[in-house]
Amino acid sequence: MYTQGLDSKTEQGAQPSPRLVTQDDIRFQERIDAEEKIEPRDWMPDGYRRTLVRQIAQHAHSEIVGMLPEGNWITRAPSLRRKVALLAKVQDEGGHGLYLYSASETLGVSRDELVEQLLAGKAKYSSIFNYPTLTWADIGAIGWLVDGAAIMNQVPLCRCSYGPYARAMVRVCREESFHQRQGYELMLALANGTAEQKRMAQDALNRWWWPSLMMFGPSDDQSAHSAQNMAWKIKRFSNDDLRQRFVDATVPQAEFLGLTIPDPDLRLNAETGHYDFGAIDWTEFNEILKGNGPCNRERLEARRKAWDEGAWVREAATAHAAKRAQRHMKKVG
Amino acid sequence: MDRKDWPLFEIFIRPKNGLSHKHVGSLHAADGRMALDNARDVYTRRGEGVSIWAVPAASIAASDPSDKASLFDPADDKIYRHPTFYEIPADVKNI
Repeated sequence: MYTQGLDSKTEQGAQPSPRLVTQDDIRFQERIDAEEKIEPRDWMPDGYRRTLVRQIAQHAHSEIVGMLPEGNWITRAPSLRRKVALLAKVQDEGGHGLYLYSASETLGVSRDELVEQLLAGKAKYSSIFNYPTLTWADIGAIGWLVDGAAIMNQVPLCRCSYGPYARAMVRVCREESFHQRQGYELMLALANGTAEQKRMAQDALNRWWWPSLMMFGPSDDQSAHSAQNMAWKIKRFSNDDLRQRFVDATVPQAEFLGLTIPDPDLRLNAETGHYDFGAIDWTEFNEILKGNGPCNRERLEARRKAWDEGAWVREAATAHAAKRAQRHMKKVG
Repeated sequence: MDRKDWPLFEIFIRPKNGLSHKHVGSLHAADGRMALDNARDVYTRRGEGVSIWAVPAASIAASDPSDKASLFDPADDKIYRHPTFYEIPADVKNI
């Protein structure tokens, strides 16, 4: 989910190249196979470090950019209860971004350089945040489906081989469960409300269903990196596995809402016990990865604006710290 | 000092009295006071703490992972530091 686009030709240094396997590599793999955690400053192959930096950075950027579609509705939440819940959720996403930037810094990059890459349009974030939130029901659909999909992906990451990333995920997962419940409770209220509210909920589900399935990324046989990431225990389950789990968990939830998932091919397979679902049209996903989604430009502009207009806050904090230090020196000097 | 000089702080939170401060993550801030405020915002949103330590990462002396063997192996064969090394008959109580 957070490695979307890492296989594209524009990603430099990410292609697996044949190289000599050293004693260090062998010992490293033995530790991984023994379920040992890798901690900062432990020896690690360059590829492991690079892949983690890319994935954690994409994950962090996703959290920060993810604040935008939901932030859009804070001032228009229909009740105080909905407003405080949405504020708390968006605040959490900011915090999640920070946990992840912190984890990435243990690998030798700086948060500032990662943020620069994002603002320059050189870094990626999850495709799902390039869609607009058109109605209040979209907030419900996001909490229920998008956070639901994220949880499906993040729970296994709690056991990934890199200690700081795994620990950040444990914190994130604990906080994420309220996000999904907030969204589903909102959908419940709408689905059991007026006919117009139910229509709004159905419309949001219609627009967010397929993009949520696409969050898990294409089938792993399309990715050169999946096998290596599995061997390194960064990735624990395949994209298709996680997507299937998500569908199996979510279909009954939609049925309870009395809403229809927009997939005429969706049906319970009595033999496998899983839901079969229709083919995903990946053209939309690929367009978004190229930067041509409905909100790609808007998201980046919003982040750049926030950065530029926040310059005075950063400068003020720096000046204030300097003043405090001077006052302290005067007292003790 | 511009933002690029904001040092890295490692954050430790004491969940409640009786427990030790535990490492929870890191953040950049202009000084210790700002680090404490930000640590409160980022790491204690759900009442996770009664006390925060923000330590400049540069002040932390850390052992080198490649020294693990020489630092810690000598303790492994000193099993007489453990109570199980000593044989006390079962009839003897309170020991």
